[in-house]
Amino acid sequence: MLKKTEQQSWRPSATHSALCRRAQCLRQIRNYFFAEGVLEVDTPLLMPWGSTDPSLSNFFVESGDGVEPKLRGYLQTSPEFAMKRLLAAGSGDIYQLGRAFRAEQPSRHHLPEFVLLEWYRLGYNDHRLMDDVQALVACVVPGLSFTRRRYADVFFEAFNIDPHEASLAALMSCATNAGIELGQSASDRSLILEALFSSLFLRPDRAGDALFVYDFPVEQAAYARIAAGPPAVAQRFELIVGGLEIANGYFEVVEYTEQMDRHNEEKSRRDRLGLPFVELDPRFIEAMQAGLPDCSGVALGVDRLLMLGSMAESIQDTTSFNPYEEYGIGRNG
Amino acid sequence: MASYSTNQFKQGLKIILDGDPFTIVDNDIVKPGKGQAFNRIKVRNLKSGRVIEKTYKSGESVEAADVVETDMEYSYSDGDSWTFMNTETFEQMTASAAAMGDTVKWLKGQESCTVTLWNDEPISVVAPNFVTLRITETDPGVRGDTASGGTKPAVLESGAVVKVPLFVEQGELLKIDTRTGEYVSRAKED
Repeated sequence: MLKKTEQQSWRPSATHSALCRRAQCLRQIRNYFFAEGVLEVDTPLLMPWGSTDPSLSNFFVESGDGVEPKLRGYLQTSPEFAMKRLLAAGSGDIYQLGRAFRAEQPSRHHLPEFVLLEWYRLGYNDHRLMDDVQALVACVVPGLSFTRRRYADVFFEAFNIDPHEASLAALMSCATNAGIELGQSASDRSLILEALFSSLFLRPDRAGDALFVYDFPVEQAAYARIAAGPPAVAQRFELIVGGLEIANGYFEVVEYTEQMDRHNEEKSRRDRLGLPFVELDPRFIEAMQAGLPDCSGVALGVDRLLMLGSMAESIQDTTSFNPYEEYGIGRNG
Repeated sequence: MASYSTNQFKQGLKIILDGDPFTIVDNDIVKPGKGQAFNRIKVRNLKSGRVIEKTYKSGESVEAADVVETDMEYSYSDGDSWTFMNTETFEQMTASAAAMGDTVKWLKGQESCTVTLWNDEPISVVAPNFVTLRITETDPGVRGDTASGGTKPAVLESGAVVKVPLFVEQGELLKIDTRTGEYVSRAKED
């Protein structure tokens, strides 16, 4: 089977062996969770409520003419809300291996529609979930060596500052030295930390090993629990392999009022960034009131996982067709 | 003042940073999972040739540089400046030693060069990929040795020194690749 060329744009963007590898990977993931006794679920992709996360951009769709009732809704950026409703309803450990939609700028590492693996483990904290992620990734990409490091330790080593305690001025001068131009947002602490984090880790490096970074700054807690410290840290981790961010895990907040506080922080951040208002799914709120069991959850990019241990230069080398190319949109740069 | 947003970033785009003109040589979008997207670009300073890295929050904008590349014919030099002519309009422009850089050593006159203009001032000059120049000085050749692969230095009429095979002689015309500074072949007299 031949790959796409400029003359034959109908052909797939992956080789046949890459597609075989993909099928094998999906099977390995299902085998792993079957052996672990985790239940596979598949929640709807089209729902009336979208993501309220300020860093994610939703796809909004509506049904065609002539059919009543008309449906309008969002293609889900992740199955988080639906899966948490299942957890609140007593599902036990669950995983979902399916599609997610995020409107993003085309790049070597992003597809607007991609395969996301999301799972939740009852009674796990973030460290136990890291063990789980490591075991799964090792099944799919053998031979990786894993290390775990605190966010503060890697920052101190690279920039000689404490990311939890450093003054805004110290963070800003650190960013300037790293060639980071923040323009209007120069006084946004969280943004400076994200820019520094990206400059440190998110660099393609084929030889790179697997690194878990954990104990994030509280500014980036999202829906992760906060350990009081000192220093107070968000019980969150990211898995980075070869300069690619592979997974993002959380020791989930389960207390209803705290969840609502976090949601209000998201809302005010959306306002500050001038993003449109998105209403939080009222059934998700009800489920949180009913009570989420103690759990940790993680989302993992399967297409990126497939880039590891292969010669893939771009995420499109792992998948049959790149939606951006179908729209005739090339990657910038 | 014209500017470009980060979503217009692509290879070859000319921008101004800290008062100097740069060209984008690589553009990558990085986005930490629960965070803001950034454009990480590698840019080459069009005056010094130095490449640096910059990171922009996606959505920011950067001042556009009025930079054009144009083909001009090298006319003459007075030692401090180098004069080029547009062969269609006959308009003349002079480039400084800084803009000329190493390119001077390949030029003897009438070569068609790529001149980069910033705000209508030449800031860099690139010689043609191949030039034909006469050897003004080299050691005598070794007769019959056309295959041993040995080399010797030769001074060319433009002032450049290149390594040439042992069999070429003073006074001969040579074809040189200016990108590598290497001898390609002997050239025929016109």
